[in-house]
Amino acid sequence: MDVSPTDLVGHGFLKGMAGEQLAALATCGAGYRSYAEGEFICREGANADEFHLIEHGLVALETTAADRRSLVMVTLEGGEVLGWSWMFPPYRWYFDARAVAATRTLALNGALVRAACQNDPQLGYELTRRIARVVIERLQATRLHALDLYNTHPPRK
Amino acid sequence: MIERTDPWIPESYHIVKTWREIPDTFTMELKPTDGREIPRFASGQFNMLYVFGVGEIPVSISGDPSQRGILTHTTRAVGAVSRALCDLKEGAVVGVRGPYGSHWPVAEAMGKDVVIAAGGLGLAPLRSAVREIVAARERFGKVSVLYGARTVEDILFRRELEGWRARFDLDVYVTVDHADAAWRGSVGVVTRFVARAAFNPEQVVAMVCGPEVMMRYTARELEKCGVVDDAIYLSMERNMKCAVGLCGHCQFQQFFVCKDGPVFAYHRVKSLLAKGEI
Repeated sequence: MDVSPTDLVGHGFLKGMAGEQLAALATCGAGYRSYAEGEFICREGANADEFHLIEHGLVALETTAADRRSLVMVTLEGGEVLGWSWMFPPYRWYFDARAVAATRTLALNGALVRAACQNDPQLGYELTRRIARVVIERLQATRLHALDLYNTHPPRK
Repeated sequence: MIERTDPWIPESYHIVKTWREIPDTFTMELKPTDGREIPRFASGQFNMLYVFGVGEIPVSISGDPSQRGILTHTTRAVGAVSRALCDLKEGAVVGVRGPYGSHWPVAEAMGKDVVIAAGGLGLAPLRSAVREIVAARERFGKVSVLYGARTVEDILFRRELEGWRARFDLDVYVTVDHADAAWRGSVGVVTRFVARAAFNPEQVVAMVCGPEVMMRYTARELEKCGVVDDAIYLSMERNMKCAVGLCGHCQFQQFFVCKDGPVFAYHRVKSLLAKGEI
């Protein structure tokens, strides 16, 4: 299904972005993807050639170890963005992403978005600014997470 | 004859029922041994529970304020008294002093949206408020319950949370900090749900209870959404002993948590929350 700038503007991540910038992104191989419950959206180490604007559903970022079951680090929901590994070499997914519930995303091609940003620094700045905000929010949440606030046996002072 | 309102004299209650909610947390239902009604309490208040020969601890009331026959408490078995309390069987007698302290602003929230944010055992003192709101649901605007627990096994009042979610007139968000792939819900800190909850920041009352760091960052997220300080309420926890503002054990700068709290408007304690030495 073709994606129009109007489809993009509805997503929280791109809210308020200028019309011409949305139009540029809409040409970056944008397309809808649907994932059934349990289906992997990406696998650790695979090429990160896309990133996803989650429309609805629930996505778990997780990793596995031979001696443990898959461990979920965080879940992402409708309105959030999945993936920034497409921005920098080696362009490989760092974790697995699995649809916990039926999930629909709007995917954008990473290489085409990088090229569009190269051609239009204002678009590049705007997109980088938005991704930086997501990264900061996730980093802050990760720091709180790392405090293990509900642990009833905190280390002694 | 002993004056019933003497704040120093515990009343005798027997344990009608006691059960574990999650591995380290239990609920007990108490009734006065003389068969009278329990004293009126407001959501968010606490009682001092006395295990004879062991000691006395403050425990928040987790039951419904409109239920006058049974007093319900939920707490974690973590110290000498709470462990002894947890070990008591049905029929055992405990001492009860209270209720004490300030309460959640449930009446003030009528006509407004409500955000209830709880972390871990913090859901216990907020359950009373949620039950009160649910009982008069039409008097409130949008109501969101945000709850975070450490693991799936640590989710308190799980069946009741599912019941609230099934009502469709409450937005219930439950998240855990740690989970494996078998969990089909959200993973991550509870603070991130604030931005997703549906409320009018100019017409909302937020009630927050959990570890102090969690409350501080939840309040900041509410502020980021445009909620003013005096519409945010936190329940503080300190080492309460006398429960009537005399002994000073629970002093929190100029406040006694037992008497001035435990529920505080955020603007009253905001400047104190980031101070480690209090």
